[in-house]
Amino acid sequence: MELLFYISSAIAILATFMVITRYHPIHALLYLVVSFLAAAMVFLSLGSPFVAVLEVIVYAGAIMVLFIFVVMMLNLGKDTALQEKKWLQLKVWAGPSVLALVLLAEVIAVLWGGNDLTMQVSVVVPRKVALSLYGEYIVAVELTGFLLMAGIVGAAHIGKHTKRNLHRFLQK
Amino acid sequence: MASFNVNTVLIVASILFTLGMVGVLTRKNIIFMLLSVEIMLNASGLAFVAAGSKWHQPDGQVMFLLILAMAAAEVSVALALVLQIYHQHKTLDVEQLKELKDEPATAESGD
Repeated sequence: MELLFYISSAIAILATFMVITRYHPIHALLYLVVSFLAAAMVFLSLGSPFVAVLEVIVYAGAIMVLFIFVVMMLNLGKDTALQEKKWLQLKVWAGPSVLALVLLAEVIAVLWGGNDLTMQVSVVVPRKVALSLYGEYIVAVELTGFLLMAGIVGAAHIGKHTKRNLHRFLQK
Repeated sequence: MASFNVNTVLIVASILFTLGMVGVLTRKNIIFMLLSVEIMLNASGLAFVAAGSKWHQPDGQVMFLLILAMAAAEVSVALALVLQIYHQHKTLDVEQLKELKDEPATAESGD
C-alpha cells in the first residue's frame, strides 16, 4: 500500500508538472486527466475509496470533459500552441516560479523537521461518510445545493448568445 | 493496513498546490489559469482527505465532497465566461481583457 502511494503520488506530481509546461491545451488537459487518476489512486491508498471513485467520475469524467468541450468549441489548436510558446519565455516564468519554489522549500523543511506522526490507514467506508454527510453536515449539503443551483443559472445566463437589438437611432 | 508518515502526504499536497500556483502565476491564457486553479483545489482536497484519514473520521471526505461541488459550480460559470470573452474579444489573453481600465483619450468611441 505504501509503494502504491509513493508511485501514484510521483505520477501525480510529474503529470501536474507536464500540465503547467505544455503549450497545446489538449495535451495539458490529457496530462491533467492522468494527474487526477493518480490522485484517485492516492486517495484509495489513503483509505478513502468513495472519494477516489468521485475523483474519477466527477473530476476526470465531468469537469475535464467540460474543459475539452470548451477547447473544441473555441477551436484552440496549433495557433494557440504557437502563441503560448511566444508567451512562455524564460524571463516570464522564472521569477514567480523561483519565489514559489522557495516557499515550497520552506513548507517542506517545516514538514520534514516536524515531529514524526505515523498514521495507521484504515478504510473509512462510504456508509460512515453518508451518515456524517446527512447527519451533522446537512446544512452544508443544502448550501451546496444552493451553490450548484446558482452555478447552473449563472452559466446558463452568461453563456447565452444574445443578439443585441439596438434601436434604429443607435445603430451605426 | 498500511502506515504512512503524515508529513509525506502533506508534502505531496503542498507540491501539487505549488505547481498549481506556479501555473496561475506564469500563464497568460485564461484556460490554463483555470486548469491551474483546479490543480490547487485538488491539492487542498488531498490535504483534507489525508487529515480525515489520520483520525479515521469521515469529515475529511465530506469536506472533499464540498470542494468538489464548489469546483464544479466554479468551472461551469468560468467556462461560460471564457466563451463570452472569446466571443467578444477573440482572444484568451488576460492582458487584453482590460475593458474596465481607463483608456487614454485615443481610444475609439462607439462600438
